[in-house]
Amino acid sequence: MAAMKNCHNDYKMKFSVDEEFPDLSQHNNHMAKVLNKDIYSKLRGKSTPSGFTVDDVIQTGVDNPGHPFIMTVGCVAGDEESYEVFKELLDPIISDRHGGYKPTDKHKTDLNYENLKGGDDLDPNYVLSSRVRTGRSIKGFTLPPHNSRGERRGIEKLSIEALSSLDGEFKGKYYPLNGMTDAEQEQLIADHFLFDKPVSPLLTCAGMARDWPDARGIWHNDNKTFLVWVNEEDHLRVISMQKGGNMKEVFRRFCVGLQKIEEIFKKHNHGFMWNEHLGYILTCPSNLGTGLRGGVHVKLPKLSTHPKFEEILTRLRLQKRGTGGVDTASVGGVFDISNADRLGSSEVEQVQLVVDGVKLMVEMEKKLEKGESIDGMIPAQK
Amino acid sequence: MSGSFRRLISGRSTAVLLASLGAGTMATGVLLNENGSLAAEAKKKLYPPSSDFPDLRKHNNCMATALTPAIYAKLRDKLTPNNWTLDQCIQTGVDNPGHPFIKTVGCVAGDEESYEVFAELFDPVIKDRHNGYDPRKMTHPTDLDASKLKHGMFDENYVLSSRVRTGRSIRGLSLPPACSRAERREVERVVVTALAGLKGDLAGRYYSLGDMTEKEQQQLIDDHFLFDKPVSPLLTCAFMARDWPDARGIWHNNEKTFLIWVNEEDHTRVISMEKGGNMKRVFERFCNGLKQVEHLIQERGWEFMWNERLGYILTCPSNLGTGLRAGVHVRLPNLSKDPRFSKILDNLRLQKRGTGGVDTAATGDTFDISNLDRLGKSEVELVQLLVDGVNYLIECEKKLEKGQDIQVPAPLVMFKK
Repeated sequence: MAAMKNCHNDYKMKFSVDEEFPDLSQHNNHMAKVLNKDIYSKLRGKSTPSGFTVDDVIQTGVDNPGHPFIMTVGCVAGDEESYEVFKELLDPIISDRHGGYKPTDKHKTDLNYENLKGGDDLDPNYVLSSRVRTGRSIKGFTLPPHNSRGERRGIEKLSIEALSSLDGEFKGKYYPLNGMTDAEQEQLIADHFLFDKPVSPLLTCAGMARDWPDARGIWHNDNKTFLVWVNEEDHLRVISMQKGGNMKEVFRRFCVGLQKIEEIFKKHNHGFMWNEHLGYILTCPSNLGTGLRGGVHVKLPKLSTHPKFEEILTRLRLQKRGTGGVDTASVGGVFDISNADRLGSSEVEQVQLVVDGVKLMVEMEKKLEKGESIDGMIPAQK
Repeated sequence: MSGSFRRLISGRSTAVLLASLGAGTMATGVLLNENGSLAAEAKKKLYPPSSDFPDLRKHNNCMATALTPAIYAKLRDKLTPNNWTLDQCIQTGVDNPGHPFIKTVGCVAGDEESYEVFAELFDPVIKDRHNGYDPRKMTHPTDLDASKLKHGMFDENYVLSSRVRTGRSIRGLSLPPACSRAERREVERVVVTALAGLKGDLAGRYYSLGDMTEKEQQQLIDDHFLFDKPVSPLLTCAFMARDWPDARGIWHNNEKTFLIWVNEEDHTRVISMEKGGNMKRVFERFCNGLKQVEHLIQERGWEFMWNERLGYILTCPSNLGTGLRAGVHVRLPNLSKDPRFSKILDNLRLQKRGTGGVDTAATGDTFDISNLDRLGKSEVELVQLLVDGVNYLIECEKKLEKGQDIQVPAPLVMFKK
């Protein structure tokens, strides 16, 4: 029961700050960079109304010192209030992670797909597939690091109700992880829809794999172009995707679907967690704002070996991943290219960067194929 | 006892007093955190115990066998004085459904009081795991008088090494699933201070996991002393790897025959070992060392967790009682191929493991043979059982070598009912 953690925390208060402060001497993550005894001292006596404490927030970062080259976040929220109660720790982390975003900044939400220019003409000889994903948290429930089985099941029930009421292009079916047939499981794997029990210690140390696979599942529409993950790393992960380069269509479906779902949750008095400072509230501070990762699988065998490839990506505010997703390698010169930003710019703005950036990179690839130079095409920092 | 811990005990006493007055969660909530209690009440109404009852249909562990919706409903909202809950005890068993052939325990204690506050779960689990031992009706004998051990010298043509291990918990501090960093560091301080007082053949040195040099690390690996961060989900899902490697370490005597692990799966794991077959000497050192360590912590106002129902209190219910595993690495090339081998072991109340320890396979014909039981028989009784059993196995091996036949012994009786 969440409230019990309140009491356990008060029990720990009998020990001094020095006795409880974690050893972060080997650590390289945002939490370790920001947390000091002063902040810890101020926050350790607090808890959110549901009982989440600063030790809960930081456990994953204490247990995972990180890598000298890759800066992980090192903390999670247990509920909506975490971002308020532990401001003194989370604001500087958010600033570090999101390009200097200030506690007074306001985040713009724009899910009006008609504001996207172009995006329907990415060359399918190069752009193999297009995808936009985000997450949503449901107000009134605590987040995956903290929620009880009862809450998690409540989220699943509400999600199934909402999704089952969708029709037209969004008509679909829910597959609970703990109830699908072997045939269904194989199909979901073949479609690349199935998600597994988290093995990454970044997630398991944050308590997100508890009670697996209870109340976890996958919903997708009959067309297999709109997919929702329930109770994985966030309450909901919403994904719009299709083969080819028509990002405009992917984004349209994304926006329309999201808004339909949001309406239904609102009717049940469980809208999405959102505020005008942090945008959409998600478990990991890295996904605040839009929580949006819009990207393509694109063939860039020549450009990817060009010495300026990384610089081009940085200037375009894009990021590369392998075709298996985060922390995988590229296969056959095919890269997953997506927006790097989440907070401080809108959904439309972020997808626009992807559309414009990928278009430019495909043109560069074509130039390099012909043996021509791309020096004149290197973009300015966006 | 240090000042902060004197305050600690009095704080816990208040909580225990409240609990005994029947005030329960509500009162504790109000006293400790006003906001939290209101949220807790509302949450309890919204989520009755039935909404939180785990799905255990695919599970095969002692917890899943014992836990009913009625027991869960009774215990879900209870707290130990250290504020540990039932959900936290059972998380590891919910997350690890187990294997059809291997029945794991599926629950852990967060503190000494867990076994009492959640007795309605732990008692049947203990019965299931420990041959019907009933903590409500029976008492556990403790006997660390090594002089009583007979025939403790094995034939060294067969027995390559001898080892006895147990665990000890420091009363007043939470166990590895529940302890805060400060508590874990206090366990380390208490134990390391005590061990510094050992002399003679027991004099030794502590190596903190976080601070050891690479050279020290390599030496500990070569000696087979070094323990790693737990990877088994049975342990990680029970929160035992938190804050690794903070306050974890290894102590051993200069002769490398007495070894203590600090803050791994228990507060301490105590190991006496030697090459060869002198189990008598291994057990003598074991008992002597344990008694000396106990004396040294008592000098400073600490004691081990122990009671006469459950013996020595450890994190996993499977290790209650003596917490003792006495074993040998023994070559049994002929016997191990005999189809009666498993039955012989069963009847002698012995267990085989690979030479890498639990859940490993044997290399060649060498097996780790140890006692199966932990609770309900004393240390002397269990080591005697191991000694008699291994001597019997060696006799069988010798007979088979000469082409003679062997007999399956009658099964040993665990408890006189």
